[in-house]
Amino acid sequence: MEAIKIKGTEDTPSVILDAAENIMEISGRSLPEDVSSFYGPILSWLNEYAKSPNPKTVFVFKLVYFNTASSKLILDILMKLEELAKNGNEVLVKWLYPEDDEDMQEAGSEYADIVEVPFEQIAYS
Amino acid sequence: MESIKKDSKGFLEFVYEFYKTMKAHEISLVYEGEITHQITKAFTSLAESNMAKEEESGTVQRKVFHVMVECLQNISKHADDFADNDFLYSGRGIFMVSKGETEYTVTTGNAIDNSKMKDMQEMLDRINSMDKEELNELYKKQIKEGRLSDKGGAGLGFIDIKRKTGKPLEYHFLPISENISFFLLTSSISRE
Repeated sequence: MEAIKIKGTEDTPSVILDAAENIMEISGRSLPEDVSSFYGPILSWLNEYAKSPNPKTVFVFKLVYFNTASSKLILDILMKLEELAKNGNEVLVKWLYPEDDEDMQEAGSEYADIVEVPFEQIAYS
Repeated sequence: MESIKKDSKGFLEFVYEFYKTMKAHEISLVYEGEITHQITKAFTSLAESNMAKEEESGTVQRKVFHVMVECLQNISKHADDFADNDFLYSGRGIFMVSKGETEYTVTTGNAIDNSKMKDMQEMLDRINSMDKEELNELYKKQIKEGRLSDKGGAGLGFIDIKRKTGKPLEYHFLPISENISFFLLTSSISRE
């Protein structure tokens, strides 16, 4: 399936969804003008991917900022990954946060509480 | 000629008074008009570069950024449209940022239909009465059960502002007409 590669801007994150290379990552800032149209293709891609997923799926979030509207869409992504895990696939979510950003760390813990999917939190400097 | 000079002098004096008032209230940014996504981007990046220049801590910078975005998006998504009032358009409002010794203050004002007032008041009072743990629970409940509105709001803005600032959301409704009120909201972010 075709990869999605979006270069980040000051208000939208960088996105790489590449099944062949097995890289899935969302990083940067997320406060798009229209969250649904930005995240729509990402969610559709994940639906497609779930039909024939790789043996192991690692999804990386390396966000430095997201607004509350984006937070809802991030949960939608995590719920797709949860579903993938529930269907017997190996899934790991890596939540990277700047080491001095307690709020971003807490946001990760909160998502880990809400969805049932292996979740790893990693601080970076 | 004489009268024009007089008027323009009056106006310039007003500008000076306005400037002094802004200074007295330590207002660093004030805007009236339509709040678009471009405006949101411009104001947040202006605030960011100012805070970076003043070597504000990363935590304070992030919190101010957060609160500004949520407040601006509240206006652009919720300010009501009143066709009979020229100056009150959908998505319009006043936006102000002030910087004091100990805190930043972000203030917004926009017209709303009185029919929404009671629900908003109840929600704000409820959020203000909650401690951190209760707010986290409410946030989780809302993010799971809430649906994105047509305008792309997740219903999480007020909850998030209170969580990020740890301070009550101060608000006020002022009557404009029988059916319309002006909604003012102030959030402060500690600089310590």
